[in-house]
Amino acid sequence: MNNNIIILPIIIPMITAVLLIFFNKQEKVQKYLSAVSSVINIGISVFLVHYVHTNGIISLEVGDWKAPFGIVLVADMYAILLVLTANIIVFACLLFSYKIVDYNRSKFFYYSGVMFLLTGVSGAFLTGDLFNLFVFYEVMLMSSYFLIVHGNSKPQLRETIKYILVNVISSALFVISVAFLYAVTGTLNMADLSLRVAELGSSGIIAAISIMYLIVFGLKGAIFPLFFWMPGSYQAPPAAVTALFGALLTKVGVYSITRVFTLIFLQDIAFTHTFIAWLAVLTIIFGVIGAISFSDIKQIVIYNILTGVGVILFGVSTMTESGLEGSVYYMIHDMIIKGLLFLLVGIVFSITGTTNLDKFSGLIKKYPTLGWMFFIAALALAGIPPLSGFIGKLKIVQGGFEQGEFVLAFAVLLSSLLVLYSVMKIFINGFWGEEKIPQVRETSQVKSLYVPAAFLLALSLFYGLGTEFISSYIKQAEQVLLSPDLYIEAVLKE
Amino acid sequence: MEIVTSIVAGILFMTATYLMLSKSLLRIIIGTGLLSHGAHLLILTMGGLKKGTVPLLDEHAASYVDPLPQALILTAIVISFGVTAFFLVLAYRSYQELGTDDMDQLRGNDQK
Repeated sequence: MNNNIIILPIIIPMITAVLLIFFNKQEKVQKYLSAVSSVINIGISVFLVHYVHTNGIISLEVGDWKAPFGIVLVADMYAILLVLTANIIVFACLLFSYKIVDYNRSKFFYYSGVMFLLTGVSGAFLTGDLFNLFVFYEVMLMSSYFLIVHGNSKPQLRETIKYILVNVISSALFVISVAFLYAVTGTLNMADLSLRVAELGSSGIIAAISIMYLIVFGLKGAIFPLFFWMPGSYQAPPAAVTALFGALLTKVGVYSITRVFTLIFLQDIAFTHTFIAWLAVLTIIFGVIGAISFSDIKQIVIYNILTGVGVILFGVSTMTESGLEGSVYYMIHDMIIKGLLFLLVGIVFSITGTTNLDKFSGLIKKYPTLGWMFFIAALALAGIPPLSGFIGKLKIVQGGFEQGEFVLAFAVLLSSLLVLYSVMKIFINGFWGEEKIPQVRETSQVKSLYVPAAFLLALSLFYGLGTEFISSYIKQAEQVLLSPDLYIEAVLKE
Repeated sequence: MEIVTSIVAGILFMTATYLMLSKSLLRIIIGTGLLSHGAHLLILTMGGLKKGTVPLLDEHAASYVDPLPQALILTAIVISFGVTAFFLVLAYRSYQELGTDDMDQLRGNDQK
């Protein structure tokens, strides 16, 4: 069996990014090349999802170094589904960027940055080696530094300094945690780590190291109390970039927490996972408080990222079948819906020139499509039944009840109402009411921006209505999370 | 030996923390550099020092130093080098645009 195909989702964006550097002056080449590569990538990811569905987990020993010693790339269902979703989001953001990123910005390697970001994200999902995960994190972060400052406006420069500082510190912590874990176990392969940590049994040092990992990944994933950097940093760049960040970067952090705490640190679930559950609920609470208190639509959506992260983590922390299944459902839903919401915010910004709710209202009369798209997206975000957020939240809360965490599960449920309120506030104040639009742009110009948003919205609707169709894929992803032996067997081939 | 290097790493972390808590951007960047030096030294220590020979594997080598931490450090050094370079350019560029390197004035509480 030839497993080399696993490396393609990582290597195709990388080669594209390098090629794009050479063609930085030709805008057409930039657009076509990135679009074609993105479509090819989606095709390969779909094939991989199908392949993993029929053949089980596949792993590739890079450079033919045998499993516990060399770096392995592992495509289990969860990882490959997220790679597919990430590629779709990038495709939508590229379509959006084609319309709003002008030549002055694209000639300074904007599209290369996006492709390098995709390289890092796909790599972080697919790698089965802890240090390699760090390397892919750095690839991803380096491109995110580049994209967040791209455009050179004053707020961007100011916020990038803080963003880099936070991430440099968390990278140093990552290296330190890797060093500690290596000193204790003598391996960095995740499957091998799982075995060796299990042999060590429940010990204080492993618990301490696991919390260090929680801090490192929590900083990237923006969980309570480590989310302080996010609202400022995500506010600064333009909408297409924020959509990428909101949909992909924080989710990589959450994915890593999920992976590490369902595969490696399983010795002291009563302590670590209860701790994660509390942090998750606090994250949700702070997220909704932020979302309700701001009247800037971008900030409202940014704080809703926090809520999403909290809900996913709560599902993971239950460690029950339905909780984990729900977290997989909700993760993919959240990536799509956050990408969509940021794109819609971007459209509103390009119509009105502001994201402050006090400065515009009554958009729906002139832009009915935008209004209804936003309405459906808002309902999906809150998890209203036929739409995509429902099934995930249902399963997560069910998992919480099964574990007897009634208070926390109710907090998750109640948060849905507040999330709904926070986005309905945008709808009522921004789209209804007296027509007041500060800077009207040509409607024809805005229309082409609808395409990527409509694409994501259709996907979200399909995800919600076609749950039956995807449930077998999600089930497979959840099984690997629930029984790490499957993962270990596939990697070490005992 | 491991104890001594651990303490040195600790001193590096301490100095880095002190520098990063200051207001000047340049000091903060030097702080991040020291922080990553501390982390790299820690990896080296964690692999075990003074095993007596080079990290080369022979089929029948009686003793050897673990080569993996060295590979990790090499990677981590290159990455932190790149990030530091980027950070320095960014600091210079924002000094040009914003006219200050004082973190107090870079808070951004005001609306733009």
